[in-house]
Amino acid sequence: MLKIEHLSKTFNAGTVNEKKALSDLNLHLKEGEFLTVIGGNGAGKSTLLNAVAGTFPVDGGRILIGGKDVTNLPEHKRAAFIGRVFQDPMMGTAPSMQIDENLALAARRGERRGLKWGISREEKERFHERLKELGLGLEDRMSTKVGLLSGGQRQALTLLMAALKRPELLLLDEHTAALDPATAAKVLDISDRIVTENGLTCMMITHNMKDAITHGNRLIMMNEGRIILDIAGEEKQKLTKRELLDRFAALSGTQEETDAVLLS
Amino acid sequence: MSFFSSLLNAMPGAVAQGLIWGIMAIGVYITFRVLDVADLTVDGTLAACGATAVMLIRAGVNHVLALLIAFAVGLLCGLITGLLHTRCGIPAILSGILTQLALYSINLRIMGSKANQALSVDKYKLTLSQRFVRELSLKNPLPLLLLITVIVIAVLYWFFGTEKGSSIRATGANSAMARAQGIDTRGNIVLGLMLSNGLVAFAGALLAQYQGSADVNMGRGAIVIGLAAVIIGEVIFGKVFVNFALKLLAVSIGAIVYYLVLQIVLQMGLNTNDLKLLTAATVALFLAIPYWKSKIRPRAKAAKEGGASC
Repeated sequence: MLKIEHLSKTFNAGTVNEKKALSDLNLHLKEGEFLTVIGGNGAGKSTLLNAVAGTFPVDGGRILIGGKDVTNLPEHKRAAFIGRVFQDPMMGTAPSMQIDENLALAARRGERRGLKWGISREEKERFHERLKELGLGLEDRMSTKVGLLSGGQRQALTLLMAALKRPELLLLDEHTAALDPATAAKVLDISDRIVTENGLTCMMITHNMKDAITHGNRLIMMNEGRIILDIAGEEKQKLTKRELLDRFAALSGTQEETDAVLLS
Repeated sequence: MSFFSSLLNAMPGAVAQGLIWGIMAIGVYITFRVLDVADLTVDGTLAACGATAVMLIRAGVNHVLALLIAFAVGLLCGLITGLLHTRCGIPAILSGILTQLALYSINLRIMGSKANQALSVDKYKLTLSQRFVRELSLKNPLPLLLLITVIVIAVLYWFFGTEKGSSIRATGANSAMARAQGIDTRGNIVLGLMLSNGLVAFAGALLAQYQGSADVNMGRGAIVIGLAAVIIGEVIFGKVFVNFALKLLAVSIGAIVYYLVLQIVLQMGLNTNDLKLLTAATVALFLAIPYWKSKIRPRAKAAKEGGASC
């Protein structure tokens, strides 16, 4: 489904702030795989997701989604294959537009937008049903401006929008990091449900090791722009937090510091 | 008593001017409020397209066709600013200033190197003229201007409700989100700037016909008058007008109020030369008030930002 070959990206090349964010990274995701991504600050997790989403051009390597080479496709064209939820709850929705208007925008991801009316009656009914499934009562507030929703409600809505038109790949970039623990758990729950119900291929960054272990069916750990650990299947199911920490320490060398980063 | 009679006498003219500038201000609303871009092209567009209409009519072109051609030239002005901004990476404000400056020279070319060109309603058939603003006849420009305003608002209401129009609104509201939803934000910014400048150009062509001349300086400060209209509309109707069409109507009314107030202060003896200073100060004040409010009561600001208008 997703094939990343020899991907590299350096920010501020040739300056004192030079930062090698991705170095010769290779990753192959199979259809239906739900990958969790962990790693310390600056390990390149977000850079990886943004490179796949096309936020910036990469320095080298190739990205293929469903066999199509998207490496040189601009962000908005790549969006035809990709659903995204960001860390910042403000980023995934248009605050000055209504809930149903936001959903209508998402329903047309990857399609030509013409002079037809922006939202149809049938769509409104469909959105009502989908919002109901979230269990947040948003279905009765469809004409509310999204700016008036809480962070958790917005993330749930963004998730729904990302999956409304079935994406080939779902990218979740620490999408619960800005939420309080109870809301985060609920949003993660919704994420799990949306991924399994639609059989989506998904990459989720998290800095919560427990979440990384309990969610998804494959886990990678990143350090200095590379994948240093890749665990799937039964091995992942049996994984414990302690074991993961030990392996990370062994692989990256600097125990105290990284423990602090990972557990933060 | 003479104060009131002369004021009353000046009212129809003020309303007509307000309606014309209201169309321009609706163009400013599209960039300033919908796209969240401050576009300074409009000063140049208004003057250049007013001149275009005048020169075309003087050359014997039909006045309605002249309006349409002026509109097209306005689209072109917006296109240039849009391309400078989205394809050359120049900040929006600077792109607008560059186009505006370039338009000054082009404007002089259009007007045959003259600073102004007259267009007498006695010699040419015009869409509207100041001459008949107090007349009770079909030649009175007020009903026509009202009709044009209603049509402009209706068309824009329809357009911004379509798939394409919604995607432009999303571009202005949150461009990161828009791109994630597959919206070509750069293309949309160009389109929005074109539409905005097209409206400004149309208003410029109406204004030139209305006053019976085009002047190389007629667009100076247009952006500020446009912003004044937008802000006055929001101050008066912000709380009650939630619908997009009503918000556009508020802009038009804002422009009328601006010209009515202007008439009053002029009648009270304000020096015409001080007008732009007064307008700039008023607009600066009203732009600053929301910011000051946010500094005093952060919580109130959070609630307001959430429900921000568009």
